[in-house]
Amino acid sequence: MNYIIGLLSAVFLVLAIMIVNKSMALSKGLQRNEEEDGYSPVDGANKNNALGMLLFLVLGSIGAAWSFKVSQPDFLPEAASEHGLKTDEMFWTSMAVITFAFFVTNALLFYFAFRYQWKKDRVATFYPVNHKLEIIWTIVPAIVMAVLVFTGWRTWSEITSQAPSNAVVVELTGKQFNWLVRYPGNDDNKLGEYDWRLIDDNNQWGMKFDDENSFDDFTSTSEIHIPKGVPVLLRIRARDVLHSVYLSYQRVKMDAVPGMPTKFWFKATKTTEEMRAELQKPDFNYKLNCTEVCGRGHFGMALTLVVDEPEDYKKWCLEQKPFLTTNPDYLAKVPEKLKAKASKYIVAPEASSDSTTASIGGTSTIVTIK
Amino acid sequence: METAELHVHDVHSHDEHEHEHHELGFIRKYIFSEDHKTIAKQYLISGIIWAFFGGALSILFRLQLGFPGAKLEWLRPILGGWINESGKLDPEFYLALVTMHGTIMVFFVLTAGLSGTFSNFLIPLQVGARDMASGFINMLSYWFFFVSSVLMFSSLFIETGPASGGWVIYPPLSALPQAMPGSGLGMTLWLLSMTFFIISSLMGGINYICTIINLRTRGMTFTKLPLTIWAFFLTAVLGLLSFPVLLSAALLLIFDRSFGTSFYLSEIYINGEALPNVGGSAILYQHLFWFLGHPEVYIVLLPALGITSEVIATNSRKPIFGYRAMIGSMMGITALAFIVWAHHMFVTGMNPFLGSVFMFLTLIIAVPSAVKAFNYITTLWKGNIIFTPAMLFSIGLVSMFISGGLTGIILGNSALDINLHDTYFVVAHFHLVMGAASFFGLMAGVYHWFPKMFGKMMNRTAGYVHFWCTFVGVYLVFFPMHYIGIAGFPRRYYAWTQVNGFEAFADMNMFISIAAILTFTSQMVFAVNFFYSIFKGKAAPQNPWNSNTLEWTAPVNAGHGNWVGEIPAVYRWAYDYSKPGSATDFIPQNVPYSATPESNLPEENEEIATEKEIDGLLEAQNESYNR
Ligand code: HEM
Ligand SMILES: [Cu+2]
Ligand SMILES: [Cu+2]
Repeated sequence: MNYIIGLLSAVFLVLAIMIVNKSMALSKGLQRNEEEDGYSPVDGANKNNALGMLLFLVLGSIGAAWSFKVSQPDFLPEAASEHGLKTDEMFWTSMAVITFAFFVTNALLFYFAFRYQWKKDRVATFYPVNHKLEIIWTIVPAIVMAVLVFTGWRTWSEITSQAPSNAVVVELTGKQFNWLVRYPGNDDNKLGEYDWRLIDDNNQWGMKFDDENSFDDFTSTSEIHIPKGVPVLLRIRARDVLHSVYLSYQRVKMDAVPGMPTKFWFKATKTTEEMRAELQKPDFNYKLNCTEVCGRGHFGMALTLVVDEPEDYKKWCLEQKPFLTTNPDYLAKVPEKLKAKASKYIVAPEASSDSTTASIGGTSTIVTIK
Repeated sequence: METAELHVHDVHSHDEHEHEHHELGFIRKYIFSEDHKTIAKQYLISGIIWAFFGGALSILFRLQLGFPGAKLEWLRPILGGWINESGKLDPEFYLALVTMHGTIMVFFVLTAGLSGTFSNFLIPLQVGARDMASGFINMLSYWFFFVSSVLMFSSLFIETGPASGGWVIYPPLSALPQAMPGSGLGMTLWLLSMTFFIISSLMGGINYICTIINLRTRGMTFTKLPLTIWAFFLTAVLGLLSFPVLLSAALLLIFDRSFGTSFYLSEIYINGEALPNVGGSAILYQHLFWFLGHPEVYIVLLPALGITSEVIATNSRKPIFGYRAMIGSMMGITALAFIVWAHHMFVTGMNPFLGSVFMFLTLIIAVPSAVKAFNYITTLWKGNIIFTPAMLFSIGLVSMFISGGLTGIILGNSALDINLHDTYFVVAHFHLVMGAASFFGLMAGVYHWFPKMFGKMMNRTAGYVHFWCTFVGVYLVFFPMHYIGIAGFPRRYYAWTQVNGFEAFADMNMFISIAAILTFTSQMVFAVNFFYSIFKGKAAPQNPWNSNTLEWTAPVNAGHGNWVGEIPAVYRWAYDYSKPGSATDFIPQNVPYSATPESNLPEENEEIATEKEIDGLLEAQNESYNR
């Protein structure tokens, strides 16, 4: 790719130098002229500038087309989510429309500039208005826009519709500068409530242990697993400042806002393994990046996303230990009447001492990649 | 008869009065001046200085993005501790650079530098007024801007650094000093500075509007106003209605920061501490901010479009095509600009139905924008085009406006914006359509009206060189950014090491940085030309571009009051270029139809009857200056 740099810089330089040289030479000739018959806004460089317009059109078009071709292989690959396939298609159709408009209008602009450059005995055409033309070029863009709005609106409504009731729920919490993940647990499949005032070094989520739904919730700070082909509902929140969840391959983006939970649901269509095979990169991993500036570590605020086959996902979930199991101290926060229920998740001390868990903040080691 | 004579006398004494002002000495003439021309120059020179400064900041962060491995120790003498031990930019300083670059360019260069310069300079001269409605408020406007500049500039030198949360300063990041050092004193200064800035631009705007409505010379009806004036007028309306909302957003933020309120804060745990704030909404700030923010993009662009209309018509030697459609589309843009703001917020979690509404409104705004582009292109058609530097920059503007505007159609589609929001695609979009286009408008204006401002000509060869380097350079910088955006690179990233596929674009980032450095460097050609020509340029002729508008009827070095003797009357629109039958290819606005029977259209012959009426207004006009 280095040659892009070389070539384009060369074009840039050559163009600049050429113009400097030519116009200098010509304007010298002209200055003499000027002294004879006063100031004229036209000078000898007019021709060159006109030629420059044409040259820019030609070289620019070639450059635009060529640079696109060169960059295309490095664009995001085909979307790995259901709605992403739709928006990608719409993106490239819209791109085709605007690329057409881009070339036509720019071509007319530069061509007219070149074609109607100043000539001593040409008189410009007095042509102040043409209602028919104006109506046409108001209505045509309006129709194109209307079509785009309509298709966009339909897709947007689908994407933002209520998540199906069978959706797998995962909670993502953004904080400076990493992501916290929480799953609703293997028993009740419900996320427990939280309160930001309960946050501490271990309970980074602020989970409320007077809510029995919290007891089986398990957590992670190193990666997020989701199943393929099943609707996944991300429940998104933030602890400190704004963050934004961006899954580029799945075309998912949603801000994380302190005090205002947000959500996004989608269906992944390719597992991590499948994408690895497709890209022929055995160590590839999907990333979740932060796209709302959040401070010093914003650029590094990423999380690995693992998309599993549904069976693998289930298996992985079953291997996870609830937060309460790995942090039995929190049993103390459970109200008396729920203690019995909660202690189900407390394992005898010797059992938990050697377990590698996926649930302790930051140090999880269980990975289910086959 | 008698009254008429009396008036001549009145005018005379008025002139004498003005004359006394000149004797007030250097300070009143050049520093605390109430003359709109001097104030315009003050804005212009401030703007140029800010532009170089803001540009230099962008070069610094392009170094980081283009050459992520480079050692930047050699910058330590300037940046000190902002270069860390390993010789790299500090990530927080990177964010500070991005923030300051955005703030400076949007507000200080393209709002103050563009509107401040050309509204001030051209409104009185083109509508035929002796000065702004209130010279004093106009002077205050500049000095509030100056104070604002000093505050913003000083924030760069404090220990915790300037504001760093992006030019949009979204809370809670901007509200909590514990979230990043830039949100401490730096943010306080930012807010203070912007408060002064808003006051300044409101005072400016009120003046522009009043002057255009009240001080037009006799015969200058709204339908005879040059498009520049229409653009400045609508810009001022936009600013007047939207800047106060930014001020309230900033005030609420100040309250949250300093007085413990919870307008934007709720349920926050930061640095090991749970804050007591509940009930606030961070999204509320974004609504308020973008209620200004979107009109702001047109506040920046409309004056540039107005300038372009004037320059393209003059140098195509043709009337602007669709004068009324141009006004109509600018009005449409002005109205719509207030109701599209939430397209910056599609993925903030706001109600999806609201998203649909804003998508619809946003795509409507593309229609008047398209009309303007078509009208410019048609104006060139069958013209007799003279490529002055101003004309080159105007054509460049149209190209940038089209190229950048088109991607707006993609971003305005909320379904597509999901993937593209906050990526480099957005950066490419707005730099072309707003950054570059408005900058080109600014340059076109400087080259075109320099002779009127300073009574000297700029060197045009240097102008051509400047244009071609800038034009090619801007495309080389911003066109490839679309690709990086399509590849999913987020903006405001210090490094892309955590982004999938970042290696593939390392070369392109380097290329962009090199192009940026070259383009920035080539602006020196302009700076040298500008300052050299002020002092050593060739003397300007009365009407160097053979233009129709009124400012060219004023003396080359117009004094206070602009015209010696009576202000000219206006009888026709500003675009009688190459009129069939006319011996010259331009007929200035102050030439009555009765003097040009050979070129009048039938309906214009009818207007001859109104000329007496127009002349009869002279008295009333003079009186208004003596009141
Ligand atoms: C065809 C008309 C246009 C449409 C449909 C349009 C649409 C949009 C949309 C939807 C965004 C938000 C993208 C995102 O953040 O994800 C955006 C960003 C932006 N647009 Fe436009 N736009 C248009 C023209 C303009 C013009 C004329 C200007 C300036 C004069 C402009 C300046 C900007 C700026 C500054 C931003 C980015 C602000 C930021 O996030 O920092 N746009 N545009
Ligand atoms: Cu972030
Ligand atoms: Cu906008």
